[in-house]
Amino acid sequence: MALPEPSPDGRFGEFGGRFIPESLIPACRELEAAFRAAWGDPAFHEEYGRLLRDYGGRPTPVTECHRLSERLGVRVLLKREDLTHTGSHKINNVVGQALLTRRMGKQRVIAETGAGQHGVATATACALFGLECVVYMGEVDVERQALNVFRMELLGADVIPVGSGSRTLKDAVNEALRDWVANVETTHYCIGSVMGPHPYPWMVREFQSILGTEAREQTRAIVGADPDVVVACVGGGSNAAGTFAGFADTPARLVGVEAEGGAAIGHGVPGVVHGMKSFLVQDEEGQVLEAHSISAGLDYPGVGPEHSYLSATGRATYVTAGDDEVLDAFKLLSQTEGIIPALESAHALAWVVRAAGTDELPTGAVVLITLSGRGDKDVAQVRELLS
Amino acid sequence: MRAARDAGRKLLVPYVTGGLGADWCDVVAACAAAGADAVEVGIPFSDPVMDGPTIQEASTRALARGATPASIVAALGEVDAGIPLVVMTYYNVVFRGGHRRFARSLVEHGVSGAIVPDLPLDEFGEWARAADDAGVETILLAAPTTPDDRLVEICERSRGWVYGVGLMGVTGERTSLAASAATMAKRLKAVTDLPVLIGVGVSTPEQAVEVSAAADGVVVGSALVRRLLEGGGPEAAAAFVGELRSALDGMA
Repeated sequence: MALPEPSPDGRFGEFGGRFIPESLIPACRELEAAFRAAWGDPAFHEEYGRLLRDYGGRPTPVTECHRLSERLGVRVLLKREDLTHTGSHKINNVVGQALLTRRMGKQRVIAETGAGQHGVATATACALFGLECVVYMGEVDVERQALNVFRMELLGADVIPVGSGSRTLKDAVNEALRDWVANVETTHYCIGSVMGPHPYPWMVREFQSILGTEAREQTRAIVGADPDVVVACVGGGSNAAGTFAGFADTPARLVGVEAEGGAAIGHGVPGVVHGMKSFLVQDEEGQVLEAHSISAGLDYPGVGPEHSYLSATGRATYVTAGDDEVLDAFKLLSQTEGIIPALESAHALAWVVRAAGTDELPTGAVVLITLSGRGDKDVAQVRELLS
Repeated sequence: MRAARDAGRKLLVPYVTGGLGADWCDVVAACAAAGADAVEVGIPFSDPVMDGPTIQEASTRALARGATPASIVAALGEVDAGIPLVVMTYYNVVFRGGHRRFARSLVEHGVSGAIVPDLPLDEFGEWARAADDAGVETILLAAPTTPDDRLVEICERSRGWVYGVGLMGVTGERTSLAASAATMAKRLKAVTDLPVLIGVGVSTPEQAVEVSAAADGVVVGSALVRRLLEGGGPEAAAAFVGELRSALDGMA
C-alpha cells in the first residue's frame, strides 16, 4: 500500500476527522465498518473488479502523446480515464459505493455534483443497481452543464437545483448533508471525492487507487521506468488521490493542480467544513468563500484532507492554473492529439505546458498526466467562451 | 436553569440569529423580558448544514449586513438580559477564532455557554478543554440515532443542560411534533439529571407543551426567526415568546 490508512479517528496528520452533526455519527461508523469488511473480502474485490472491467471499461489505457511531446520537449503520457463508461474516473468510486449501499441494505442514494460527472456516474450506478437516486447541483452548474442534467434525468435520477450561497458545488454538498441528516436511516450519501467526514476521504481514495495502480504498471511497460513527474488536477482531489496512491512509493514527483480561483492548498489556511479539517478558502472570520473557476468540477473552496497532509509533508506539490491557460491547453490537446479533455483535466495539462522546459519539468523528463475525464460536457461552454 | 427546573418550571430557550436586523439585541432582551430562561444567539456562518431554509435565510441576511463573530459577541456584552445567553455557531468559526481566544471572548462579554452542532463528542476534546478552563458551558446535542451508551457519555460531558434533537432533520417548523421528540426526551431523562431541552421541529405553543410532558423544556428557533424575517421586531418576538411561556406555565 503506497499511501497508508488514516488514524483510527480518521486523521491524515492533523487533517481529516469527523466534524458532523450527532445525527450522522452512527451512519459514518456503519459505513466505515461496511467498507472495512468489504475491502478485506475477496468476494467484494472480485465483484468490484468484474464490474469495473465488464461494465466500466477498465483497464483504461495509458496513451503516449507523440505530437504534444515534440511540441513541449517533454515525454507526455496520459492516463485515459476519459475512456471509462460515463467518461470520467468517477465511475470507479460510485461502483464501489453502490456495492456498499447494497451491503448496508439501503435503497436510496444521494449525491452532490459540480460539473455533473459524479452526478452522472452516481445516476448510472443507481440505474444498474436499481437504487433510488437524488442529485444535488448548484443552480449555476445546472445552467452551465445542462447536458449532464438531462443525462442524469434520463438515467432516472432526480436532479435538485440548489439556490443557496454561491449556488455551486459547495452549496450542493450542504444540501446533500441536510438531506442526509433527515434520511440517514434509509439513505447512503455517495460523496464524489476524497472529502467529507471519515471514512470518505480514505474510502474514496482506495476506490480510485485502481487508476494509479494501473498507470504505474502501464508506464513501466511503455517507458521501462517510473515517470519523473505525475500530475493530476485537484478540486476535492479524488483523481489525484487515486493517481498518487499508485506512485507515492516511487521517486516520481507528485503535482496537484488546483484552479486559481479555488485553490484551497494555495490559500494555505486550515479550516473545517463538510465534515473535515483541511485547507480551506475562507475569510479571517472563518466564513467560507466562494470559489471561481471556469471548471464546475474545481469550483470548490475546500480540498480533501489527505492532500493537505501530502502538501504539509512535502510529498506532493500543489500549484494552480488560471482559466485562460486552461482554455489554451484544452485546445492544444484537442488539436495535437485528437483528445478533447474535460476542463478539470485541462488544468493538469495547463501546468505541464507552463512548466515544460523549466526546472519544474526539465526538457526530456517523462510526465504522466491523469486525464480525469472527457470534454464533451464542456464543448458548449467552451464554444461560448471562444466566440 | 437547573434550579428553575427543580422548582417545577418548564424551561424555554428561544433562538435568535445574531445580526439579523439593526434591533436584534433588543429582540434578545425582549425574549428575556417575555419569560425566556435563556436565549440562544446564532453567530451566522456561511455554510450552516444543520439549518433549514428559515435560519439559512436569516444567516445570509445577517452576514450581508456585516455581522462577524466578534461583533455579535461584543454586542451581547451590552445586552442586559438578566438570564444566561448562549451562542450557537459552527465549528469553523470557533476553530478560526482560536479555541482559547474564542472561549475567553465569550466570558469577557458575559456569554455563559456555546452550542456547536458540527462538533460531535469525537472531536470535542480541544474545545472542551478551552471552554472548561475559561468557564464556558458547552451544551452537547444528542440525536434520535445516538445509541444508548453514547447518550450517557454525551450527558456526562455536556454542561448546563443537554440539547435533544427532536427529529431526524435540520432546523425548521413542522406542522406536527415528531414522535421521536418525546422518545428523545425520555431516553435522555433516563440517563441524566441535567435539564433536558428538546429543539428542532418544535414550532408552536401546543408542540412545546406536548414535548415538555416528557422534557424539561424546549428550544424554539425557526418559528421565531420566521417572524423576524417577516418584519417582526422586539414586540413580535415578545408576543410569541409570551405565548410559549403562558402555554408552558399552564402545564403546572
